[in-house]
Amino acid sequence: MSPVLAGVLQLLALIGALALVHIPLGTYMARVYSSKKHLRVEKWIYKAIGADPDAEMTWPAYLRGVLAFSVVGVLFLYLLQRLQGILPGSMGFSSVNPAQSFNTAVSFVTNTNWQSYYGEQTMGHVVQTAGLAVQNFVSASVGIAVAVALVRGFARSRTGELGNFWSDLVRGTLRILVPIAAVAAVILVACGAIQNFSGIHEVGQFMGGSQQWNGGAVASQEAIKELGTNGGGYFNANSAHPFENPTPLTNILEIFLILVIPFSLTRTFGVMVGSVKQGYAILATMFTIWLAFVSLMMWTEFAHHGPAFQAAGGAMEGKEVRFGVGGSSIFAVSTTLTSTGAVDSFHSSFTGLGGGITLLGMMLGEIAPGGVGSGLYGMLIMAVIAVFLAGLMVGRTPEYLGKKIGAREMKLAAAYILITPALALVFTAASMALPTPPHSMLNSGAHGFSEVLYAFTSASNNNGSAFAGLNANTDWFNTMTGLAMLLGRFLPMVFVLALAGSLAGQRPVPVSAGTLRTEKPLFTGLLVGAILIITGLTYFPALALGPLAEGLA
Amino acid sequence: MNNSVTNTARLLGAGLRALLVLTLVTGVVYPLVVTGIAQGLFPGRANGSEVKADGRVVGSSLIGQQGYGSEYFQPRPANGLGANSLNTHYRLILSGATNLAGDSEKLVQSVDEAKAKIVKDNSVPGYTVRPSDVPADAVTSSGSGLDPDISPQYADLQVHRVAARNGLSVTRVEKLVDDHTTGRTLGFIGEPRVNVLELNIALKDLTADK
Repeated sequence: MSPVLAGVLQLLALIGALALVHIPLGTYMARVYSSKKHLRVEKWIYKAIGADPDAEMTWPAYLRGVLAFSVVGVLFLYLLQRLQGILPGSMGFSSVNPAQSFNTAVSFVTNTNWQSYYGEQTMGHVVQTAGLAVQNFVSASVGIAVAVALVRGFARSRTGELGNFWSDLVRGTLRILVPIAAVAAVILVACGAIQNFSGIHEVGQFMGGSQQWNGGAVASQEAIKELGTNGGGYFNANSAHPFENPTPLTNILEIFLILVIPFSLTRTFGVMVGSVKQGYAILATMFTIWLAFVSLMMWTEFAHHGPAFQAAGGAMEGKEVRFGVGGSSIFAVSTTLTSTGAVDSFHSSFTGLGGGITLLGMMLGEIAPGGVGSGLYGMLIMAVIAVFLAGLMVGRTPEYLGKKIGAREMKLAAAYILITPALALVFTAASMALPTPPHSMLNSGAHGFSEVLYAFTSASNNNGSAFAGLNANTDWFNTMTGLAMLLGRFLPMVFVLALAGSLAGQRPVPVSAGTLRTEKPLFTGLLVGAILIITGLTYFPALALGPLAEGLA
Repeated sequence: MNNSVTNTARLLGAGLRALLVLTLVTGVVYPLVVTGIAQGLFPGRANGSEVKADGRVVGSSLIGQQGYGSEYFQPRPANGLGANSLNTHYRLILSGATNLAGDSEKLVQSVDEAKAKIVKDNSVPGYTVRPSDVPADAVTSSGSGLDPDISPQYADLQVHRVAARNGLSVTRVEKLVDDHTTGRTLGFIGEPRVNVLELNIALKDLTADK
């Protein structure tokens, strides 16, 4: 069997598995966020928090919950790293410096998981397991909660109420993320991922001498790292490290975990707004873009253009033998079209066009299928914009899911799609214009520019992957990517929740002959077109200076 | 004003309590339960898949090693591997890739040099390696720098040298490689591969028995 055919068969198997799971999981998630009943353990937790889980929140109250929880999360994780040197169970690792602690704390709370540190030499057991891994769960749960609040905005009428943040946070964590992650973690260990709390492990080598490894709760963190579309590796090599991703089978499992919640949430959306067909239209849009990107990536990586790859006879630099070009290509696209940023192969050493595809995936706003929750709300914002564009063409006030898209709604949607590109491009331009930041580039010329563009695109979109040659552990990059991550996560959430509140307050518009049928393939086509055109217009000049210049050279 | 300060403080308090409770669930209970199950069911794997030879631990079957003598099978290059610069009371391996781009002159040069060396080292009397025989994985560094595997093509290319250096027949060494070649999982997942450490352990056993 040729590697190309094997790659295609892996892709088909993955699609089959997602097709099987998305309906039951999506329906289950809809039930989780709609049920009136609380589990006993949840009641204890609400008592500890001091929150009434049945109290409905307006959008400002919901937002305050999100922000309060996230502010506390950043401070806690910052302190944990600053105090690592005196915390027991940290293998004698010293405290992390202030700039890097700030960057890492923001990075994990915003679901970005950008890493300017080397995991194996920097973070001990306590920070990894009780700090970073915890944010892997809760930042994911916050993302889903905000998406669910937006869906409630569409589903509800004549009320400003969007649900209860604490209840959504706790349920998402306990009923969705923990059970799936636990099963996945055990499978990962069965295949060879490590899971222990031993200190530094000294073992002999074949030719004599010894080597030292970190022990750690790797499998349990790996599972939620992918499932929560987080992406921060226990080790520097991330999912390329054999202790994180030991076999070809775990590679496919990890890609599955990355994609399963974002795709399934379209079903949750459909069920909650009372029309699963509306969910299918969103799913079809996400799937079309994802499949097109994977196909392009496989084509360019197997074709291996570029002087070094031609000399080597294949694009294997930065890739593992066990995954090969096919498995690495599927992973690279899935991680950058979601907000994951985990890597099983290193994007900087992809072909020029392959690297461009990973960049473009993030620039689309990570909506195909996108991060857990953030993918769905990002895509629904694009749907609002597509509906508006269609309304302009026929000269009619646009409506989506029975809600009028008026001036206020459009302002919020426009602010949402402008904020992330503005952050990515302004920070990139500033880094190139200033004298010192360009010293961080490893490669020169177009590829060097791509490293910086990639860093800020990744940070602003909360992805976390990198063209990792860039030395990002400088005060400039630690601080500025930190700011990009914070603003890129929470400003869009403000607009999403404000939009949700405004929609929930409306009375529904009855469907008429003039209503755009948003559950039809025509709308999917319109939506794909709107996404590509908006992203293309925004980023084309920057892409032309980086990956396009390199790929066409 | 006072009221909003109190409200903010109350909200942050709720946030902190929520974080602490969820830390207990996802940062203490969850990893401990998974560790318990892992250590109970798969202790060898949960602790790093260590391999023994002659009663001594010689590494992990999952972690590639460098520095094999010329009588052994050689692994992939690992130019992205580093040594720790923090917490230097340990000697940790830093996993990683070179991150060099396809048009990097440095990468082109290292590929060319690796290829020339492989051709030279593996050409023995009666068997000449052509540059076009050398597979891509043999001249490129992996993503982790710890790739435990090489492609079966790269292993086959080394058979004549290994046989000559160890005084073994080519067919015997070819069989050894075949025995240690892992195919694709279920026939289509991943790529065929040969684990270098396990292959070299078997080779050492074979020469010891001779």
